[in-house]
Amino acid sequence: MKNIPISAMIGLFFTGLYFAAAILAPLIAPYGMAEVVGDVWEPASSEHLLGTDNIGRDLLSRMIYGGRTTIFIATVATALSFITGSVFGLLAAVLGGWADQAMSRFVDLIMSIPSLIFALVVLSVMPVTIPVLILVMGLLDSTRVYRLARAVAVDINVMDYVEAAKLRGEGRGWVIFREILPNALSPLVAEMGLRFIFMVLFVSTLSFLGLGVQPPAADWGGIVKENKEGIVYGIGAALWPAVAIATLAISVNLVADWILNRTTSLKGGRG
Amino acid sequence: MHPILKLVAQRLALSFLLLLAASALIFAGTIILPGDVAQSILGQSATPEALANLREELGLNEPALSRYFSWLGNALQGDLGTALTNGRDIAESVGYRLKNTLFLAFWAAVVSVPLAIGLGLLAVRFRNRWPDKLISGVTLASISIPEFLIGYLLMYFVSVKLGWFPSVAMINDTMTLGQKLQAIALPVTVLTLVVLAHMMRMTRAAILNVMQSAYIETAELKGLSGLQVIYRHAFPNAIAPIVNVVMLNLAYLVVGVVVIEVVFVYPGMGQYLVDHVSKRDVPVVQACGLIFAAVYIGLNMVADIVSILANPRLRHPK
Repeated sequence: MKNIPISAMIGLFFTGLYFAAAILAPLIAPYGMAEVVGDVWEPASSEHLLGTDNIGRDLLSRMIYGGRTTIFIATVATALSFITGSVFGLLAAVLGGWADQAMSRFVDLIMSIPSLIFALVVLSVMPVTIPVLILVMGLLDSTRVYRLARAVAVDINVMDYVEAAKLRGEGRGWVIFREILPNALSPLVAEMGLRFIFMVLFVSTLSFLGLGVQPPAADWGGIVKENKEGIVYGIGAALWPAVAIATLAISVNLVADWILNRTTSLKGGRG
Repeated sequence: MHPILKLVAQRLALSFLLLLAASALIFAGTIILPGDVAQSILGQSATPEALANLREELGLNEPALSRYFSWLGNALQGDLGTALTNGRDIAESVGYRLKNTLFLAFWAAVVSVPLAIGLGLLAVRFRNRWPDKLISGVTLASISIPEFLIGYLLMYFVSVKLGWFPSVAMINDTMTLGQKLQAIALPVTVLTLVVLAHMMRMTRAAILNVMQSAYIETAELKGLSGLQVIYRHAFPNAIAPIVNVVMLNLAYLVVGVVVIEVVFVYPGMGQYLVDHVSKRDVPVVQACGLIFAAVYIGLNMVADIVSILANPRLRHPK
């Protein structure tokens, strides 16, 4: 752990900070999430470090609770997308034949419709609740993970050691979990960082459009939606989520880059 | 038959099939709910009569398959049905808005494509020096912020603080082209920023790939200057991948437009779609979804066909 490059260090620090703030939100937020504590759009002061929002709630508390919702949804959706995508991707690579064809063509079909548009179509008839959001986002995104997992696994599946495992009579489960998965893990983990950011952007976009997290619950996209009228009067409350999303995204990116470099270097990152 | 014609015909047929399947998927997406669409549109407190009426209006009493085919049949003849919320003909509202959306996307493309290719060439020329580093830094930053926030950042600084451009992009038919361009300046800038980074990076990668060929070394050895090597020898050979990237980004532009239109209150397809999703107006959502999917699949098809046509080995078979 001692030769972590400085950029990855910064990335790890900020990522950790955001996750800690998300977990400890009720402890560190100065006010309640939906508590009206001041006037409309008060400027920043010592009581309200970021000022207040469109109905006089403390913006910093909203940002902290909002980060909690956004990060929670993004994390669960990423996990769902990863489990679904990689299970089916590895399965497709190992099974081959018509099963592979059927799954891959189905994924092609889903990817032929932009995911935002498809999410909007589905959300037009679904009740917009957090579990539904996670399900829709996670399943739509799992198509990307499927492609990557399948592509990586197809390459590994023809390696000599996999052949050897098959010849000595190991079952399909062994081949997938003991031979292919450990070798496919590093590109998948690096991809996970990017998928997580994509999820943060996705849920923020949906909330901004009014089709994500519903008020009074806070999330970063929703905060933009609530405070956007202030922009025309020169009130920058709606811009704070931009700062939060951008720093979180960049720090996760830095960590993902480091993991990718570390695991793809010739020395296996151990040197 | 010329092999290239055959390939192109294959791509056309495949895209048509894909669109057909996509229309089925969009239709299925709206009936996927285990319960009842009418119930979810009207909410829990709906009276049984209202539910029955809405079911009748949506044709929910018929089986899903026959509903799909009559919907598809009508859509192919240009009849997209009527909106539930205001009873207007969808095709009429969509026609006007589609024109606006394409207007916006067209100008974004006009600005971003030459800019991206130009900057990509520059990044290759100054590879690993500060212009290249700056470009990749900006790329990272611009993929880290959602497009609607880039929109508000620009609105806040450029239009509110500096007062250069209007903060909302209202356009109507009585405006001259100049006025319209002035109105859409900010949304076009945002869309440009959104696709620029990706296009530039892919252009850079495509040219760098070609730069490793032996004929580039020859060109360098015979004493051509850096930009001339790129312009005369590398660029023509990188056209196919670049066109591909440009097309894919234009397809992305069509989606990015959805969010940007909401930000700048622009009367286009995207805002129409988002409005009616929150009103749970299923026929409008299906129609818009179908149109967006068609444009997306169409642009992807053009990208494929261009890369087939740009390949000299396919154009002049032995």
